[in-house]
This record gives sequence, structure tokens and C-alpha cells, in this order.
Amino acid sequence: MPSTVTQPTPPKKSSGKIGSRATAEEMASKQREISVSEFFAKNRHLLGFDNPRKALLTTVKEAVDNALDACEEGGILPDICVELLQIAETRFKVTIRDNGPGIVRKQIENIFGKLLYGSKFHRMKMSRGQQGIGISAAGMYGLMTTGKPVLIISKTSRRKPAHEVLLKMDTARNRAEVISETEHAEDDVLFAEGHGTQVTIELEGRYQKGRASVDEYLEQTAIANPHARFTYVTPANEQIEYPRAVDELPPEAKEIKPHPKGIELGTLIQMLERTERTQLGAFFKEDFCRVGPRVAKQICAHADLTDRTWIKQVGHTQAEALYQGIQAAKIMSPPTDCLVPIGTKAMLAGLLKEVRAEFFAASTRPAAVYRGNPFQIEVGIAYGGNLPGDELGRVIRFANRVPLLYQQSACCSFKAVIEAGWRNYGLQQARGSLPSGPVVVMIHMASTWVPFTSESKEAIADYDEIRKEMRLALQECGRKLGTYLRRRQKMRRESERRNVFTRYIGEISMACQRITGSDAGGIRDALEAIASRKTAEADQQLDDEGRVVDDGGRLAVDDSVIIIDATKDGPEAGVEAEQVAESLFASDSPPMKTRGKILKKAGKKTGKKTIKKTGKKVGQKKRTNTTGSNG
Amino acid sequence: MALKPAGEPGKSESESPKRKAGAKAAGAGKSKVAASSKKKTKATGSDVRRGGSKADQADRLRVDARTVERIEGLGESVVRQSLKLADPFVDVPTRSISNVNFNKSKRLLEMGDAKQRRTLFNLGQAKKFMQTLLVADGCRDLVRSGKTLSLRGMYYKSLHTIAGTKEKTFDGQDESDVVLEDLEVAIDSLRENLHVFAKKRGTMVGNITVFDNGDEINCRRMGTGGYAIPSICEPSVLKFGKCEADFVLHVEKDTVWSRFNEDRFWETHNCILTEGSGQPPRGVRRLLHRLNAELGLPIYCLLDCDPWGHYIYSVIKQGSINLAYESGRMAVPEAKYLGIRSDDYQRCDLSDDVKIELNDRDRDRAKQIAAYPWFADRRHWQKEIKRMLTNGFKMEVESLITKDISYVTETYVPERLKAKDWID
Repeated sequence: MPSTVTQPTPPKKSSGKIGSRATAEEMASKQREISVSEFFAKNRHLLGFDNPRKALLTTVKEAVDNALDACEEGGILPDICVELLQIAETRFKVTIRDNGPGIVRKQIENIFGKLLYGSKFHRMKMSRGQQGIGISAAGMYGLMTTGKPVLIISKTSRRKPAHEVLLKMDTARNRAEVISETEHAEDDVLFAEGHGTQVTIELEGRYQKGRASVDEYLEQTAIANPHARFTYVTPANEQIEYPRAVDELPPEAKEIKPHPKGIELGTLIQMLERTERTQLGAFFKEDFCRVGPRVAKQICAHADLTDRTWIKQVGHTQAEALYQGIQAAKIMSPPTDCLVPIGTKAMLAGLLKEVRAEFFAASTRPAAVYRGNPFQIEVGIAYGGNLPGDELGRVIRFANRVPLLYQQSACCSFKAVIEAGWRNYGLQQARGSLPSGPVVVMIHMASTWVPFTSESKEAIADYDEIRKEMRLALQECGRKLGTYLRRRQKMRRESERRNVFTRYIGEISMACQRITGSDAGGIRDALEAIASRKTAEADQQLDDEGRVVDDGGRLAVDDSVIIIDATKDGPEAGVEAEQVAESLFASDSPPMKTRGKILKKAGKKTGKKTIKKTGKKVGQKKRTNTTGSNG
Repeated sequence: MALKPAGEPGKSESESPKRKAGAKAAGAGKSKVAASSKKKTKATGSDVRRGGSKADQADRLRVDARTVERIEGLGESVVRQSLKLADPFVDVPTRSISNVNFNKSKRLLEMGDAKQRRTLFNLGQAKKFMQTLLVADGCRDLVRSGKTLSLRGMYYKSLHTIAGTKEKTFDGQDESDVVLEDLEVAIDSLRENLHVFAKKRGTMVGNITVFDNGDEINCRRMGTGGYAIPSICEPSVLKFGKCEADFVLHVEKDTVWSRFNEDRFWETHNCILTEGSGQPPRGVRRLLHRLNAELGLPIYCLLDCDPWGHYIYSVIKQGSINLAYESGRMAVPEAKYLGIRSDDYQRCDLSDDVKIELNDRDRDRAKQIAAYPWFADRRHWQKEIKRMLTNGFKMEVESLITKDISYVTETYVPERLKAKDWID
């Protein structure tokens, strides 16, 4: 450094301390608590607000996820309206309105104004939201970029007034300030059903169609939530309708207690400190799932304690021994009825609707456990048809029915797709990349706690157990695809074979005529007759009204597979896909029990149609008319 | 040779093969060629086109008639099968080592009975099946018109684009050559009988006179080029005249042959000098066989000291695997291997420069050859090959030039012949 710039402080003053730097006391005056809101305000990319485009999507996503969760918890069929109003080039007013149970007045500030405030964090239950960050963060983002407060209107019952609240976040205190408040008359008609919540956020954003857009998010959400109805008003003031396909809610996810194997030592100690039980046996039996008296005794015995031991007497060493005991004990996996998978049929219907393909397969894995959390993987595959054949395949990911649109390559599911070994199933796959070809892979993870890589919930963390389940599910579907492709290949070969034969038959009959003097025509006819007999297989499958039809193979009896005539194109194919989708649920419905009546609607407005319903229980597959070829 | 039928005598003047017909006849040749109406003018057709005695002609006609009959038999069987709605097929005897037997008493390779069924309704064989019939048709045409074609000509004769496609009947001459060989064995008729010949290869010079299609060839006066051995050396085409030679020296390639010819080796040692441009073609082998069988001349071979040289000797001596069905007409079981021997490096005191290192392919091939049954019981050969392998190098005949330009003709061969130093 040039000497002119150096500190002018005289070097030798006192005990080696350099001049006017801060003292510990001065420093202490600056040290203070950082509010979580401030932290996230500065690190908004952690929550998915990295850029205007993503911010718009994240806002819609958080609001819709909350609305869906609220409706389902309240036992109400969700009817959700999303409106994007473009005020300026990069400024939008986002309004999301649901018909949920509403929010009581005193919680409004907390829910919409406080980060890390919510009902879902402390429980073990499958839901979309987890941390209680999302919607407040969206409001905060709006406030920061436009200075406009968040407007909330909520009504809990027909007999109660609706509250309209304008909220402004105070990031320093992680609290919300009420700017103004209106109480509407009880008989207002704000919510048709008498209850619901509407939130309006103004924010800086950018609207763009295509991948990772609001449109795509809603479309995929509709696939995974066939019991919900969505109305979407685009910035161009177009109204898109995603009608409800199933008029019954998926079964409510049960809340479970933590599984002993899923906790760490620190958590165990904390639980021991906080528990209301007095004795160890009761503590294990009541505060955990899957622990009976025998297992509780076993765990205690491992630490040289008994189930009668007073919890107060358990010190650190004993806790550690108890922890070892848990690891050593054989404990049943956590219950899986707390999981609500989409179901193979609903997945098939969803894919049928969105993807113009010729082959569809889906499979649902049995539930499994990672770190004590139960989870379940479902996979759907669509192949061929109008899908682009010269690109890499597409992966659409869901976690608890929420589409994941960003950070694909960081996601466990993406890695699972890569390592599934698609070459075995007739697809091309370069080392370390997705399979190429006309294929769409859908992966859904249902869990009481989905391990995301970040708070913005864009990618599922890479746990070995999860990746393994995903791989197995993918391979299960892959095998079905492989069977189909091999059969198709064989058919093609057969007809090629016939081409080869017929090509040479003319030459041969002419040569024979010249050599022997017999009539070439007669020889040709005879040879052609032999040729078609020899290649009868090609005939068989091309016949039947010229359709490609599933024959008596394994696929025919597999109701997790749908094959559509690939030769058709345009609207005709669409109609067929629809018919197939209908037949999925319309046919004999014992597997459905009486749970889901089929509600078929044709959304006329933009030609979008939805027909589907969730397959409720795992393993409750029944055969239905899958080929749809008899139309 | 039959490529240039211009040299044919128009009439049966070549009836007496001894008479000199030579240049004069060639001019008179192309006077009248009856446009044979293909159907029944077989006789006249052949008559006009070919030289040879009456007996020869009759013989030829008989052979031709038999060939046509066989081709028609093949066609008829295909038609019969087709009309019965059965899988049409052609049985082709297998031409591979698996179907070759070594006859120990005759010391010949013979073809076994194994056959390969070629069917139309097999994706891998469909095209070959068609090609077989096309070639059969072409050959029948050729035989009946009494003309001959080269292998290449035959390829063009059957070549066309399949109606309604862009596919050609043959993708290259290789394909038609193989199919023709298949046809030969399938109907048990030699290529010569199908009126097809190969490209000429091989040269001869020496104390012998031959009559090639009636033309007298004096092999003592062939200049530096020598007499080009025709592809078809059947007695009906090539007859032997006066022969004073005591033996035949067959060398591997024309470079060595030129050395011997320039040194007038055949004159000084009263022999016939032949050359086969590497692996000798059928014509050369047939000629060697006939020189040995009809004139009783011993055959001595001067070949390179490498696995390929050894195999050339093996082919001359007991026939080739691919053409095992013709061994009886081509092999010379008495042929002797004069050199180059693996111990010549020491015996002739050659310099290090002539060594050519054996590569892996050479070693594998050498071991393969040593294992052939017709080498397996030959003690000297086992020793010879073993020594070459332990030497680790091979030698060409030309390596002897490092001693002296004419060392091979003046010292090497004469000494070996005198000492009867050869392996059998």
C-alpha cells in the first residue's frame, strides 16, 4: 500500500493496542438479536424469492398450498381462485381466494405477519406446508418491493362477520402491524359458502409462460389434487378453469407421534425434560409411536433401568444408554396410514390429461421409512405419442402433492431417475444424464416430513432410503415400459420382416419362371401366402380396426398401464385419452369402495379437461378396462 | 483367357492340336457367330465359339447339358416347395473347416456331408436365397448360350434394382462370388462348367508346349512376361504338347519368378517355372495338378518362410478348405517344399537385416496351421514351424538376394535339389 494512505495513528502509544478500534463494551452495544424476519428479508433467495419471475410463482404457490391445506384440514372440498393482475410491466397484484374454514381474527397478524408461525411445524402429519414461513415471506417480499401492505379478508362462518385487515410487516420485531381494519356485516356476500380467506399481495414480479411458470404450477397442482377446483385468471385476463374431478376429499392424513428411530440423542434428552409422564415406560409408550410395553422394557433394560424408573432420575449417561437401547431394539416401522398417496389411477389420469403419449404406466411403492419418518414414493411414466423424441426426457416432481419446479438437478428424484438404468428398459441414456426420448417421468413423495434441501422447498434432500425407494418405483414402471417397447419392437420387426420377404418374392418368382418355365404369378402368390403366414404376428396386432392393441401379455391384466393408439393424431387422440381416463374410474368400482363418485366435467373454456380421482389406498388396485381400445 | 475369344479359330481347324494355328487363325476367327436362338441351338453355339476336337466338343455338350439340368432341378425344387406352400429352401454343402475332412490315405482334403439349409423365410438368408436363384438363372443362360463370363461379368449379369425399391440385387462382387461358389457346391458343378472364370493370375515359362484353346503356345519363347496361366485349365481348353522338363518349380510371386526367368533357370535346369501371385488361383493349381498327374512331373515349391507361405504349400499339396470339393482335381499330394526354411538363416549365413519379426497374428496362424491334421502327423513340419516360432522372425525368398543377386537361382535351389533337401 502506498504510504500516503496508511493510518495516521501514531504507532507507539500504549500496550500494543491499535488506536481507535472498538472496545468490548462498544462492541457489546452493537450486538443484538437478529429477527428471523430480518434474516430472511436479507436472504430471500432461501425462500424462493431470488428473482421477480420466481417471486411471483413462489407467492402463488405459498398461498395455494396454504389454501389447500386449510380446506382439507377443515374437511372442505377446495375451490381456489388465483388472479394475477398486472399493474405495470413488473408489478403484479396477486389475489388468492379459497373457501376454507377461515382464520379467526386474532390469528391473522400471526399467520400473515410472522415468520415461523404455523400449525404444521410441531406435528408429524402429512401436509403441504411445513415451517410457517411461506405466506408471511411472500407478504414481506411484497412490502419490500412495492411498499404495499398485504390485504387479508377472512370469514369463518356465515353467522360471523368477515374481517378485512391491512397488514404491514415489521421485520425488526418479526411482527405485523395492522394498518387498517374493517369489519364487514355478517350477511355480506364476500364468500359464497360463508367462509373462506382471501389474500392480496402486491409485488414486483415478472410473468412468463413455459417451464416453471404459474401456469405450469397450477396445471401440475391440478394433476396431483384432482379433488380441488381451480380458477385461474391470467395477466391477460383470460380465465382458465381446472375443474374438480372427484367430489370427495382424500382421506385425512393422520397425525403420528415420532418414531423412536427417527430422533437423535439431543431430541431424546429434550423430550425427557419436557414430557408430562413420570415414568420411563409411560414415556416411551405414550410419546412415541410403535412402542409397546415389551419394547419399552427392552429399551430400558439396555440402559440398566426399568420401565418404572422415574424420569427425573434419568441423567445424561442414562439418556445416552437409552438412545443406544433404541438403536439396538427391533421396533416396528412407523404406521403408514398417515400417508395419502395420489394413487396409480389418479396419476394415470393426470398424465393422460396433460401428456399426449401412447403408453402410460404408474406404480405406488409400499411405504418406507427414513430417519423415523414414514414416506411413500409413487412414479408414473408416459412414453411416445406426441412427446418430443429427440430431447432428454422430462421429470415432473411432487412432494406431498406440491409440484417442485426448481432445482431439478439437486433433487433426490432427479438422481434416482438417472441411476435407474433406463437402457434396460429400451430407452437411450447417456452416462450421468436423464434418459432421452419421448418420455415423461412423474415422481411423487408423500411423507409426514419431506426433507427439502432449503426453505424454498424446491428439491428433496438426498437420503439413501428415499433414493432407493424412488429407484425401485422407477424400475417397476420401467419394466412395464420395457415390456411394451420390446413388444412394439417385435411388431415392427415382424412387419419389416414381411417387407423384406415380399421385396424378394418378385425377384425369386421371376427367376424361377426363367429357370423352370413355371408361371411366375402362381409362384408369387404361393410365396406371398407363405410370407403372410410366417409373419402372422404382425398381422394380428395391426388388425383389430387397425389399432395397436395390447394382446394377452402381462400388460393387459395390469391396470397400472394404459396404451393409447399412437397412430392417431390431433383431436381424435385427445378424445381417446379422455375416454380412457373416464373408463379408468367409470368401470366396475369395487376398488374405489364408495369413496369417490366420479364427477366428469368438460371445461369448455380453454379446452382443458380433467377427469380423475384419487386412488385412495395403496395396493387397492383392481382391474379395469385399461386398453380403451373398444371405443 | 476366355475373356478374349477373338483368338478362337472359326472352324474346327484346331482339330489336330499339334498343328500350328496361331496368329493366322485369330484373324479368321470372328467370321460368323451364329446368333444362337438359345433354345435348341446349343450344339451349334458351342461349336462355333470353342476350339478343340470333336470329342472335346461332344464332351463339353454333355457337361453343359448336365449343368443346365442341375440348375433346372434346383429351380424346380424351389417351385415345387413353394406351390406346396412349404418353406422353399436350397441345401448348400457347408464350406468351412468344420465340414472338411482330411483323407489320410489320399492325403487330400475332402468335403464332408454337412449342409446348410438356405431358406427364403429367414431374415438373414432371404437375400442370399434370392441371389442364389438369380445367379442360377444367370448361369443357366450363360451355359445355354455357350459363352463364358468372368466373375465380375457374372456380377453385372445378375445385377439390377429390385422393382419398387432402391435396393440392388447385389451390394458388390464379393456377394455374387460367394453365391456362385455356393451354387457350385449346391448343384455339384464346377465353376468351369458354369462357364464362369476368375481373373487371370499366375505365370508359366519352361520346356513345354501347350495348346490353349487350340493355339499352340511355346513356353520356351515367352520373353520376360511369360505365359499367363488361364483361369480354366481343363483338358478341353488346355492341352499339353511336347514337354522335355524334368520337374516344376513353383515360386510364390512374380518378383522371384522374374529372377529365375531372367537367369534362364528353366533352361539350365530343364524345368517348368510357375508362379501364383501369392495364394495360387484355381487355374494355377489345376495346371500344377495336371502337370504332375498327366506328365508325371514332380512339383517343388519355393515359398516364403512364414505362415502364409506354409499355407500356400498346404493348399497346393492337399487342397484348400474353401474349395475342398475340388481337391481331387487340384491338389498335388506329392508337392515338395524346397524353402525358404527356418534354418536357412544359419545355413546360408544371412545377415540380420532379412529378419522380419513375427507379429501376434503370424504366431496364431502358425499354431493354427501346425494343428491342421495334415500337418499334425508331419514330424518335419512340426519341427519347421516350431523353429520359426522360436526364431521369432520370418523370411522372404527375396532375402537371399542379400547374398548375391542370383544366389537363389545359382546356388540355393540347385544345391537343395541336388541334395534332395526338402520337406514333404
